[in-house]
Amino acid sequence: MQTIERSVAAPRTRAPQRVHRYGERPGIAYLFLSPWVVGALLLTLGPMLASLYLSFTDYDLFTTPSWVGWENYRTLFTDDPRFITAIWVTLRYVFISTPLKLAAALAVAILLNRASRAQGFYRSAFYAPSLLGASVAVALVWRVIFRDWVASPDYALLVVAALAVWQFGAPMVIFLAGLKQIPQELYDASAVDGAGWWRTFRSVTLPMLSPVIFFNLVLETIHAFQAFTGAFVISGGRGGPVDSTLFYTLYLYERGFSQFRMGYASAMAWILVLAIALVTAVLFRTSRMWVFYAGDEAR
Amino acid sequence: MRRRVLWHVVCLALLAGLLYPVGWLVSASFKPAHEILSSLRLLPEQVIIGNYAEVFRGMAGVSVWRFLTNSMVVSVGSVIGNVVSCALAAYAFAWLRFRLRGLLFAFMIATIMLPIHVLLIPQYTIFHRMDMIDTFWPLVLPKILATDAFFVFLIVQFMRGLPRELGDAARIDGCGPVRTFAYVVLPLSKPALVTTAIFTFIWSWNDFLSQLIYLNTPENYTLPLALRLFIDQTSQTSYGAMMAMSVLTLVPIGLFFFAFQRLLVEGVSTTGLNG
Repeated sequence: MQTIERSVAAPRTRAPQRVHRYGERPGIAYLFLSPWVVGALLLTLGPMLASLYLSFTDYDLFTTPSWVGWENYRTLFTDDPRFITAIWVTLRYVFISTPLKLAAALAVAILLNRASRAQGFYRSAFYAPSLLGASVAVALVWRVIFRDWVASPDYALLVVAALAVWQFGAPMVIFLAGLKQIPQELYDASAVDGAGWWRTFRSVTLPMLSPVIFFNLVLETIHAFQAFTGAFVISGGRGGPVDSTLFYTLYLYERGFSQFRMGYASAMAWILVLAIALVTAVLFRTSRMWVFYAGDEAR
Repeated sequence: MRRRVLWHVVCLALLAGLLYPVGWLVSASFKPAHEILSSLRLLPEQVIIGNYAEVFRGMAGVSVWRFLTNSMVVSVGSVIGNVVSCALAAYAFAWLRFRLRGLLFAFMIATIMLPIHVLLIPQYTIFHRMDMIDTFWPLVLPKILATDAFFVFLIVQFMRGLPRELGDAARIDGCGPVRTFAYVVLPLSKPALVTTAIFTFIWSWNDFLSQLIYLNTPENYTLPLALRLFIDQTSQTSYGAMMAMSVLTLVPIGLFFFAFQRLLVEGVSTTGLNG
């Protein structure tokens, strides 16, 4: 988390030197905190533990869960070809949409990063699809415009990915904020050294921007694993044609809320959480090799 | 000079391509169904308003105003609940001292990136037991209880940045934590609260998964759910109404965008907020 906080220009916070000593009446703090505490216990921590338990049971909402041990997990990995399909569909989607989205975001951020009064306008305009694209309405438009591709098992997934890439505005805005943090002296020095555009990009822009690239990469990857709305609408709610857009979350929804196999779906949810945690951990690992923090060279 | 013109040309060309689907949608909502399917041209050959007339005749026996009201109730309820509860929690984390602060704060941070799927089924069970399925409570109650940890964090960060001296001054003037919150911290936190409100509105407005799960009679449908009914309809004639209704659904987001674009973009660039 530390790296993430550092890379984003969060409102300058100074560490609270003195925390207020209202501690004489500590009850008052819990009063302020009470809605959050109730939510955290009843709607977050409780459900987390409950779904972990349910993942080892057979549960259909109406009868008491019955303990089945590792059965759900075993069935998922050894006896459910659609689950394996869902994993491949989701992985393909993550690997296609995330790099393209980040590349588009970076390219446009670099394009926009110049002194101009119009920059604010362009920045907002390129950001607009990020707000619109999450809606069912735009996904429906996608379904209509690309209906020939949506009908083909080879291309349907690409249509869903295209909708994600179309929303590159949010990471673009973050990239642009990062680009503005790069000191001009580095570019001046690079120019004095006679470096061309590409050399400057590779040796100044990319390393200086790498913490922000990393931040966006982690965030977008985690989001991509959980893609739902676009996939649901574009695939007609069933992951078709022939399961070519059977996203992980779509299959989880089908098992949990169409067939009410809620123990099974809970197992799927926990596998998703672990997969995301694993991928995030791997990203953090590799980041040591390519993420550069100015002032950290001594380390 | 030439370079600057070229830059504008490139930016505008990219923008035109990017926003083409939105423009096409708006124009398609004024086209007859056969034209929607036959051309991707921006301008309609024949402008009709029949699509909108059809939308306002309702769907599945329910008026479109009903869907709109439902969406509004959910979104406005979410905004109010989220802003109030997150501000209260954030104040405690940022300005007050209590024994479990470190532990609770760590838990809050840990849940920011937690996929909701792992909570969905037990939450559904709870709301089912409380007889709240097919009501708006499962959509709004979590906001009232500040379960969107991201916004708590956002407001905490902001409140921590406020000058401590103001708190000292308030205390010397005899304000306890409650009045310090109400008269000092809350008014100064307006930017963070407004950002929270705007994003909560847009996200609830666009939200699909939880509405899909919790609402199941057409009278309770929100706009995204009503739109979803079009997925299953394959008759050619429904395309016009589908486009018109899509436009109506996007109008509030468009208005929010034009009214608050600066705040929205600043929100993203300073906090990494990401739909």
